[in-house]
Amino acid sequence: MALELPENVVVSKLDSLANWCRKNSLWPMPFATACCGIELMATGASKHDLARFGAEVFRFSPRQCDLMIVAGRVVMKMLPVLQRIWQQMHEPKWCISMGACASTGGVFDTYSVVQGIDRFIPVDMYIPGCPPRPEQLIQAIIDLQDKIQNEGTITGEEFELKSRQATKRALIELPVIQTPVHLLR
Amino acid sequence: MLKTTTLEAMLAAYPELAVSEFRGGTRVVAQRGKLFETLQWFLCQRGFDLLVDITCVDYLNYRDAKDRFGLVYLLASTETNERITIRVYLNEPELSVPSVVSLWEGANWMEREVFDMFGIVFDGHPDLRRILMPDEFTAYPLRKDYPLQGRGERHNFPVLRRNQA
Ligand code: SF4
Repeated sequence: MALELPENVVVSKLDSLANWCRKNSLWPMPFATACCGIELMATGASKHDLARFGAEVFRFSPRQCDLMIVAGRVVMKMLPVLQRIWQQMHEPKWCISMGACASTGGVFDTYSVVQGIDRFIPVDMYIPGCPPRPEQLIQAIIDLQDKIQNEGTITGEEFELKSRQATKRALIELPVIQTPVHLLR
Repeated sequence: MLKTTTLEAMLAAYPELAVSEFRGGTRVVAQRGKLFETLQWFLCQRGFDLLVDITCVDYLNYRDAKDRFGLVYLLASTETNERITIRVYLNEPELSVPSVVSLWEGANWMEREVFDMFGIVFDGHPDLRRILMPDEFTAYPLRKDYPLQGRGERHNFPVLRRNQA
């Protein structure tokens, strides 16, 4: 079927459209527990201007956010709070672990400091550094945007479900069509 | 710096106190049984109205140490600018001293911290709970026989996966 489309109409998949919307309107939840939080604030401030990447709306309510930025060390007493906040955020959601402490515990290899938040909550993007410069955080957000565009959430659960249903439906409803060999590239 | 008059009055009232000097500061070692009385004397008779800090030292494996814990009270007087360090040695199993919350209100959280970190019990404290570590924590982390990296408490949490949240 041939479609006559005007120049300003583009055909796309709904998934990539949704991903495109998601990646350009990330609302971060600042979970800033230590010195890295200062760099996080600097990133949001006018000089580095996170608004250029559509991620400037920091919300302090997890229900309004879809990107958790853990900036700083997380101690044993804080971890249940972190997990509670993560659970309160709506899908689809992503997590950036900012700095050595959030990613590995950093130099704080002690009894009370959790040795990397990825032991207990899923993390999409790690930023090395102590503290990482705002440019690194911005780079991480850009990389995360690419990831969102290509993969959705980290396991792509919602897309997985859809594609699983799609293959199932295809098996049930459609006859199998053999592609002629000369058409395979 | 402690005034000579204070020092003399102290030795007249409590001749058993062991006094020493270090870099211009005066240190006193009190007996466990007479601790509360001594502290009260400093507050009521000499006007040491500021309890700067309560802290504790674990002397396990410390050279020449005879006692396990040294509980340290730092007092100051805002009137005369005098300062004094009062120390009391404690050994297991008698790790309890009377609480001084009735003398200085500010002792409340300091005693909770010492209890949390060293397991020293303050008798008569209005609310002796852990203050820094989670309530379910059982060890006393600043004791020298507790490993720096803990005994695995920091790994003991439920793991959240993508599909659980
Ligand atoms: S990584 Fe460095 S800057 Fe960041 S929280 Fe840890 S110690 Fe602070």
